[in-house]
Amino acid sequence: MYYGEISGLKLGPATRDAFGDALKELGAKHPELVVVDADVGNSTRTEPFMKAYPERSFNVGIAESNMVSVAGGLASCGKIAVCSTFATFLLSNAYDQLRMSVAFPKLNVKFVGSHAGISIGEDGPSQMGIEDIALACALPGVKVIVPSDAVSMAAATAAILAEHGPMYLRTGRGKTATLYPNGCDFKIGKSIQLRDGSDVTIIANGIMVAAAMDAATELAKNGVSARVIDMHTVKPIDEEAIAKAARETGRIVIVEEHLMFGGLGSVVATAVGRTVPVPLAYVNIGDCFAESGDPQGLLDKYGLTPAAIVNAVKSVMG
Amino acid sequence: MAVSIEELQAKAKLLRKHIIRMTTAAASGHPTSSLSTVEMITALFFGGFMTYRPQEPHWPGRDRFILSKGHAVPALYAAMAEAGYFTVEATMSLRKLGSIFEGHPNMARMPGIEASTGSLGQGLSIGLGQALGCRLDKIDNHIFVMTGDGELGEGQVWEAAASAGKYKVSNLTVIVDQNGYQQTGATKDVLDLRPVADKFEAFGWHVQTVNGNCQATAVAALTIAKSIKDRPSCIVSQTQKGFGILPILEAEGDMNYHGKPLSPALAEKALALLG
Ligand SMILES: Cc1ncc(C[n+]2csc(CCOP(=O)(O)OP(=O)(O)O)c2C)c(N)n1
Ligand SMILES: [Mg+2]
Repeated sequence: MYYGEISGLKLGPATRDAFGDALKELGAKHPELVVVDADVGNSTRTEPFMKAYPERSFNVGIAESNMVSVAGGLASCGKIAVCSTFATFLLSNAYDQLRMSVAFPKLNVKFVGSHAGISIGEDGPSQMGIEDIALACALPGVKVIVPSDAVSMAAATAAILAEHGPMYLRTGRGKTATLYPNGCDFKIGKSIQLRDGSDVTIIANGIMVAAAMDAATELAKNGVSARVIDMHTVKPIDEEAIAKAARETGRIVIVEEHLMFGGLGSVVATAVGRTVPVPLAYVNIGDCFAESGDPQGLLDKYGLTPAAIVNAVKSVMG
Repeated sequence: MAVSIEELQAKAKLLRKHIIRMTTAAASGHPTSSLSTVEMITALFFGGFMTYRPQEPHWPGRDRFILSKGHAVPALYAAMAEAGYFTVEATMSLRKLGSIFEGHPNMARMPGIEASTGSLGQGLSIGLGQALGCRLDKIDNHIFVMTGDGELGEGQVWEAAASAGKYKVSNLTVIVDQNGYQQTGATKDVLDLRPVADKFEAFGWHVQTVNGNCQATAVAALTIAKSIKDRPSCIVSQTQKGFGILPILEAEGDMNYHGKPLSPALAEKALALLG
């Protein structure tokens, strides 16, 4: 079983693999692209780029704060600096460096966090990026992007390199269903409606988009028409699509593989409050550290499932 | 010392077998990172260097061991099982949903774990805090911290080294498990921090460089470290990643074998090799 299966979607590569392949491809197009990693290139998948372009690659060792500031320095020499490690070590270990060496000077650093969420599984809480979106969103001027499948991840990787400025890109460890088999017209800040519906809107990103598709498939069997939006950009948030969904469907469920506070749910709630206030429900990790376990077992235990989304829809429909 | 080197060697062999069984059953984890640490951890837990009460894990007078390179926790679980904190059988639930034997040490869930680690670089600072706290409370004990050699890339390790030197915490010992590898390759290629001994010395530490996979040497080094009464102590423990099953790593063509469990077939071979 995988998310998207009951909606007829095919299983594709992990988003970290799509990022790594795209990065290597884009190395030819962008001679000013440089990559900094911290002894985890074989996990983040910067490795293919590093092998293809050793002179433009820097493995600084297990030193995340150093990595981030080095990327800032490279960017201030006119490079497009990509730096990458596990999402939690990137955001939580090197936060002041992201703030002072990247965000404040508005430098062209793309920081990429892998191993997002609890679905990394057995390694457990110390390696799980569950607060990265909240932290990244709090950095002034930083764009925050969470693609949902391999196709949109490849497009997102190209998009962040094409645009100047500090950005955070979140990748995942496990395989994900392909939501865009025919390609993805990816624009930073512009969400994608994957399925239309009139009773409720499910807004999701990352691996939870495929789960949202499955929930919508289930709901349809019971006569509930659910719209599904892939909100791949958390900041700047697509307020227009949110207001439209609120107006047309009257209720919204926000789904993410992240903590309750400061993630997609908080950002969408702010937008809804500012535009067309409607009832909201949330599906996320809540306010806790998870534990070690198999990926699907963890998603089940911590309530990140199509069934949990269906329940949230029921709760918001009253 | 009550216990002989031969007895410790037998214990070390048991720990190695537990590590292999645990990680193969989990089908994930870091057996080679665990195996390099075994002689030092065996000496600490069973060589008379630490006093602890498995039935009363929070007893204030206890000596403490912090595994800063938390991914090697199968070695610690194996030692704690042999010490009587829980059964060896229980540790075979490593990394399973609901098990307290998580992939990295979690002191919130497991009594006897002295620090929650897994994000490299923090253990020595935590150990310094505990050394200062125990000194303040006039507890006559010792804090042992084990780091990796790749882990030394974290700047925080050197912040801790400098402040431990400043406060002359003689109840603190760091064991650097210098196994020559980190995740993406040999430490000499990724980030060569040698000479490690000179760096700790420069921060005011007593330093020994020893063969950390020799049981008698591990015991001798810890004896000296505990006897130093005017400054913190560092043992650069030169080891081999995967020590005990090196022929298997050779045959597999990967002397690092980082973060990979042995397949059931390889585990069989490894257990036979250990004897
Ligand atoms: C802060 C942080 N960055 C990266 C990692 C990922 N990681 C886990 S083990 C490891 C290599 C550790 O090398 P070393 O300290 O030499 O330990 P060994 O496995 O060789 O015993 C890395 C990079 C981590 N756990 N924590
Ligand atoms: Mg090492």
